[in-house]
Amino acid sequence: MNIKLENIKKLEVNKPLKLDCGKTINNFPLAYETYGKLNENKDNAILVFHALTGDQFVTGINPITKKEGWWVTAVGPGKAIDTKKYFVICANVIGGCMGSLGPRNINPETKTPYGLDFPVITIKDMIRAQESLLEHLGIKKLLCATGGSMGGMQLLQFCTTFPDKTFSAVPIACSSSHSAQNIALNELARQAIMADPVWDNGKYVLKNVQPKNGLAVARMVGHISYLSEKGMQEKFGRKLQEKADYEFSFNADFQVESYLRHQGYAFTERFDANSILYITRAMDYFDLSKQFKGGLTEAFNDQKIKFLIISFSSDWLYTTKENKDIVIALNASGADVSYSEIITDKGHDSFLLDEPEFLKTLKSFIDSMHEKFKNEKRV
Amino acid sequence: MRNLKMKKEFKVIADLLSGNTRVLDVGCGDGSLMDLLKKEKNIEVRGLELNQENVQQCIHKGLPVIQGNAETELHQFPDQSFDYVVLSQTLQAFYDPEKVLRDLLRIGKSVVISIPNFGFWKVRTKLLFFGKMPVTKTLPNTWYNTPNLHMCTIKDLFNFCDEKNINIKKVIGVNEDKTSLINKSNLEIKNLFSKLGIFLIG
Repeated sequence: MNIKLENIKKLEVNKPLKLDCGKTINNFPLAYETYGKLNENKDNAILVFHALTGDQFVTGINPITKKEGWWVTAVGPGKAIDTKKYFVICANVIGGCMGSLGPRNINPETKTPYGLDFPVITIKDMIRAQESLLEHLGIKKLLCATGGSMGGMQLLQFCTTFPDKTFSAVPIACSSSHSAQNIALNELARQAIMADPVWDNGKYVLKNVQPKNGLAVARMVGHISYLSEKGMQEKFGRKLQEKADYEFSFNADFQVESYLRHQGYAFTERFDANSILYITRAMDYFDLSKQFKGGLTEAFNDQKIKFLIISFSSDWLYTTKENKDIVIALNASGADVSYSEIITDKGHDSFLLDEPEFLKTLKSFIDSMHEKFKNEKRV
Repeated sequence: MRNLKMKKEFKVIADLLSGNTRVLDVGCGDGSLMDLLKKEKNIEVRGLELNQENVQQCIHKGLPVIQGNAETELHQFPDQSFDYVVLSQTLQAFYDPEKVLRDLLRIGKSVVISIPNFGFWKVRTKLLFFGKMPVTKTLPNTWYNTPNLHMCTIKDLFNFCDEKNINIKKVIGVNEDKTSLINKSNLEIKNLFSKLGIFLIG
């Protein structure tokens, strides 16, 4: 991974941030991107939280990777989240590797990259760091905040930590706490990285190398979990990769193998291995009901935010049941909540794909919330 | 035509409910009733709806709706968390209407239930003279594709409430544009001439 991060938007946060682990970070960079324009009434701002391997480049062409933004299906001119109408903001999470403070940054104490000296961060730390960005942009209250997967987890945390900072919220395909299965899959990813000798206890950053083999395997685990069994069967089946018959070797005979290898190694060009360790850890530690001792219902007490929860029927990573538990808790606390389950074979990845029913629902909700928010501001 | 009739039923339901209250509309469809209650009576509405297209319609109108099945998912609503729970013309479609009714009475301080009346004279004559399962405007399906598993009459539901010690606050019969109050003394005749029965119980 050798990417240049000079020409991207960065906020130098000067406020000290006390992390959940007890340590404090000072004067740290928070990289972000915005799309569209903030209107005069400041009633059109939408904050997007990215997922595990996402970044601040939501739509358009990512200036670093030169590829399309990760949510180009949903965000952009004329899209469900229309950037002609709305001002869209997204920040790279702390612990990440796209310009915000992360394990690749220089540790001011040692003058060398942090590596494993980087403090273990939590989802709450991530969203508290992003609050400074809203302040910087002069936004007191967002029209909406949204995010899928880990983005949804950040959003749930954001809504409970800053209940006055957004009018509405759309958590997508997420959970209020990581299940044993989710922790297990993350552990598999971490073990793959740590088993790579190049990783060297995270000190590879000093040598300017990357544990590519381990990181690629970690990414392959992810890719399997983002698809559904049916979706995978339909996409690949037992099709062979550019060959008529088996090779009787361990090369990538099957298309599915070739796909995973390609995705795995391509990923090592843009993502830092230590960042995967830190961010997956933050996801595993996430447990909203643990923070509010009475349980999930307590977490949402007195919520004024209008919620729309969306799940996908074939998502086995963040299941409909887990999403529904959030709905039930919101309902029990009397919050204004809508819920829709989108029927699809595309698995967890659905929120990133062109799923018409999903995008229509998202658009309907945000547009109707905009009307309500404008009225509220008028009053 | 169907739409106009729907509106009459919703108008009657809206008149039954006090304003500035909290209402759960079970099987809320495209949100027409919720919209009416919100706009005309300043009622805080919530909907439960199974059909994806309907759910989307509600979201489009800015009405809070939860996609789900009333038969299996009413447990998520806390006891006495709504002033009213409304169930419009779906009681007869559940596998276990009594269980659903108990749940509605648990969730709402009062419950409004409307039923297509199987005791309506046209329904009775179809069965009596033609010997066929009745197909009418309020019961548009044939025997093999009807969602209605437990058809009942106004009299049946009236007696049911009596037997189960469920307090009946008001019963209204609807026939086209005419509405009338139903009580024990006029039950027989109203059961014959009402297309719809609307019960306020609990």
